[in-house]
Amino acid sequence: MLMLKINGKEVKVDAEPDTPLLWVLRGELHMNGTKFGCGMALCGTCTVHLDGEPVRSCVTPISEIGARNITTIEGLQGSEAEALKTAWTELDVVQCGYCQSGQLMSASALLKKTPNPSDADIDAAMSGNICRCGTYPRIRAAIHQAAGKKGA
Amino acid sequence: MKRRTFLLGTAGAAGALMVGWSILPPRQRLMTAQTLPVREGQVALNGWVKIAADDSVTVVMSKSEMGQGIYTGLAMLLAEELDADWARVRIEQSPIDGIYNNLAAVVDGLPFHPDDDSAITRLVGWITKKTVREIGIMVTGGSSSIKDLWLPMREAGASARAMLIGAAAEQWKVPPGECRAETGRVLHASGKSASFGELAALAGRQPLPGGVSLKEPARFKLVGQSVRRIEARSKLDGTAQFGMDVLLPGMLYASVSMCPTLGGKVARFESAAAAKLPGVKKVLAIDAYNGGSGGVAVIADTPFHAMRALEKVSVEWDHGAAAGVSSAAVYRRLTQTLDKESGHAYYSHGDADAALKSAAKTLSAEYSAPYLAHAAMEPMNCTAQFKDGMATVWAGVQSPTLARNHAAKVLGIATEKVDVREQLLGGGFGRRWEVDVVSQAAAIAREAGGVPVQTFWSREQDMAHDYYRPACVSRFKAGLDAAGNLIAWHNSAAGQAIVLSSLKRNFGLPGAGPDKTTDEGAFDQPYEWPNARIGYEIVDLPVPVGFWRSVGHSHHAFFKESFIDEAAAAAGRDPVEFRAALLVRHPRQLRVLKRAAELSGWGMPLAPGDDGATRARGVALHQSFGSVVAQVAEVSVGADKSIRVHRVVCVVDCGMPVNPNLIRQQMESAIVFGLSAALYQEIEIKNGQVQQSNYHDFQVLRMDACPVIETDIIPSSEHPEGVGEPGTPPIAPAVANALYALTGQRLRALPLKLA
Repeated sequence: MLMLKINGKEVKVDAEPDTPLLWVLRGELHMNGTKFGCGMALCGTCTVHLDGEPVRSCVTPISEIGARNITTIEGLQGSEAEALKTAWTELDVVQCGYCQSGQLMSASALLKKTPNPSDADIDAAMSGNICRCGTYPRIRAAIHQAAGKKGA
Repeated sequence: MKRRTFLLGTAGAAGALMVGWSILPPRQRLMTAQTLPVREGQVALNGWVKIAADDSVTVVMSKSEMGQGIYTGLAMLLAEELDADWARVRIEQSPIDGIYNNLAAVVDGLPFHPDDDSAITRLVGWITKKTVREIGIMVTGGSSSIKDLWLPMREAGASARAMLIGAAAEQWKVPPGECRAETGRVLHASGKSASFGELAALAGRQPLPGGVSLKEPARFKLVGQSVRRIEARSKLDGTAQFGMDVLLPGMLYASVSMCPTLGGKVARFESAAAAKLPGVKKVLAIDAYNGGSGGVAVIADTPFHAMRALEKVSVEWDHGAAAGVSSAAVYRRLTQTLDKESGHAYYSHGDADAALKSAAKTLSAEYSAPYLAHAAMEPMNCTAQFKDGMATVWAGVQSPTLARNHAAKVLGIATEKVDVREQLLGGGFGRRWEVDVVSQAAAIAREAGGVPVQTFWSREQDMAHDYYRPACVSRFKAGLDAAGNLIAWHNSAAGQAIVLSSLKRNFGLPGAGPDKTTDEGAFDQPYEWPNARIGYEIVDLPVPVGFWRSVGHSHHAFFKESFIDEAAAAAGRDPVEFRAALLVRHPRQLRVLKRAAELSGWGMPLAPGDDGATRARGVALHQSFGSVVAQVAEVSVGADKSIRVHRVVCVVDCGMPVNPNLIRQQMESAIVFGLSAALYQEIEIKNGQVQQSNYHDFQVLRMDACPVIETDIIPSSEHPEGVGEPGTPPIAPAVANALYALTGQRLRALPLKLA
């Protein structure tokens, strides 16, 4: 039995300690907003925050999390997240949407650290997140727009 | 209701398109066989729309949402004619019914040249439509949804509007002609007004209108607008439900490992070690379904327990017929075929051989393309329950009919005993037309004692057990006259046949005869070759092949648009001007080409990028799924010979643009999809086994390599055409042609690699 702090709540988890966080979220806690894409930290669709840092939950065993705060798409809040969701909506970013939880998690972590990111900053922060529908140009524009709105 | 044919389509007195069915025709597309299920206070006015007392307008969706935005596009068509309040429009997935069968995709699949409007072509098209209505299937694919439902959904909206107006007129005791609908309300000249919700119950008791008038495009309020996606919000907060997100009480999970050799199966397996692990319920062998491979499955209480236990199952495989197949052998087989055969002529005009002999200059080349996986972000999965002789299937599929039929087949029950619950698709791209995982899930559910089981694949299984875009080799010969005009075009290609193999595995039909998908993109193009022969020779190989975004166009566009560039270079002429000279009688295509040249600054000097690297442009023009697309790519080459694409100008004529924003989205999407293939992707086969396993060795374009994409849509009042796929074919040749302009290297194989 392990305790995890997920989206501000203490959660008791009855899973083997080497279980990846992704499968605890999906399989045990039925929080299905975090997606399975590759299982090898190659696609970023399973991205969550640990104390605000983006990590790939598919390769993060729950035993390594300790007391750190886990934030998933279901609990993503704050001014960066709101600005991003508004920009995502206004620019109509999503297509199939499967990768977008992970995209938003990576983008919100970026904005938190770098409130006004350059294109190079966006490349560095977002290139771990694959989108097979090719929403990259709109993601880039939406991050810039969200950064602008937030700063304004 | 007595059903007799009565259909008329003509410009009415008011200038509107009148559609009449005083008595419902037998092959109508308005009313479902069973009345649609409704909730309290909700009324189904036909097979496409329900209106509730709370004013919500529920559009019944017969197509699958896989990212292309079809929920939004189709809802707009119905809401337009209904004069609904867009803010109150909701989406609900349809049941399976004949009125939802896809006519357009099947008619588009006929092997005729688009310029061919002969009596025989029209007759075959008409007979095909008639047949599909009766025995066809629901399918989302072939970029066909809007063109398939352009009239049916508008007619359904108009019919429902007439019933609401009828209800208001009855209530107010005024002639219906004095009432009109506007933004979710019916209004009368006297100032009386009622919302759709207030009228819904009475509207449901109105007779079905004998005829309705559809709006003239000038009166459109929604159609033509960049309306935002209706389902977008749910995709930003984790609430959107994809197939893999289905949650059911007591459900179990099955992880699957299939024979690494394509088409192989299990000889024997040892499950004792796996069975002891936590949460494991059952370990079983599963047959090869739908032309796929057999394997083993572990059913467990959680997905992770199932995956972990699967690693402990030891299997001895029966490798089957594909064990000797390798990519190199496939390439040899295709080239040897072309040494002997010119293939079935899908297009023939003039005398290409004679023209080649008389040409002042000739050129020839061989092109090739590899197998490709779809690699949709959501790995294949399907949840199924089999209880008391009835089955329920929850899955994101491109054809619920096919899913239902195969679940029924596996379980040995009638198709009516299977209920398919369509979910959002985490990418389709043609992969989710295939129902191998549905068959598997049904077989696994049968062993689970009535409990729902989600069968899901790892990324590795998904990569190694796809229905691949076929490998293809294509040879060209061209002849130029002394003035540098193209006078002869000879093209022979060889490879597998997608439709024929799909018919066999999915419908049990013998695969024979011409298959349009084999040569589409080669034979069906607008260029006015004075003498041409374009053929394809089908080669049977034990590699499963399937529909991959833009299908035959995906490789033939690369071959054709590269070789036409070669011909332009041989003639010493500008690539845009050379193409334009072959489009004299094709103003639509010419306009698209010229617009792309204009917007891209074609012929103007191109400044180096921030990194100082020289850039060059390449152009490609291609017609597919009824739409015409031209793209100009700007490229540079890194010190490590890496290919960088900086900017793509894309011009599309897709007929009347229903939603410009969705069209732009699809062009961007299709370009990125095509660029991934052009720059990186290749499925290699050794000893019948796919060598790629995940996104590290089957790479997808990422943010840092994504070009700026500028899309321009040609205004048009023509019938809307396909949008989801036509943006993919031109990008590979546009990039290859730009690389030629930049380096002088003509790259004739995909993925593109500079020497």
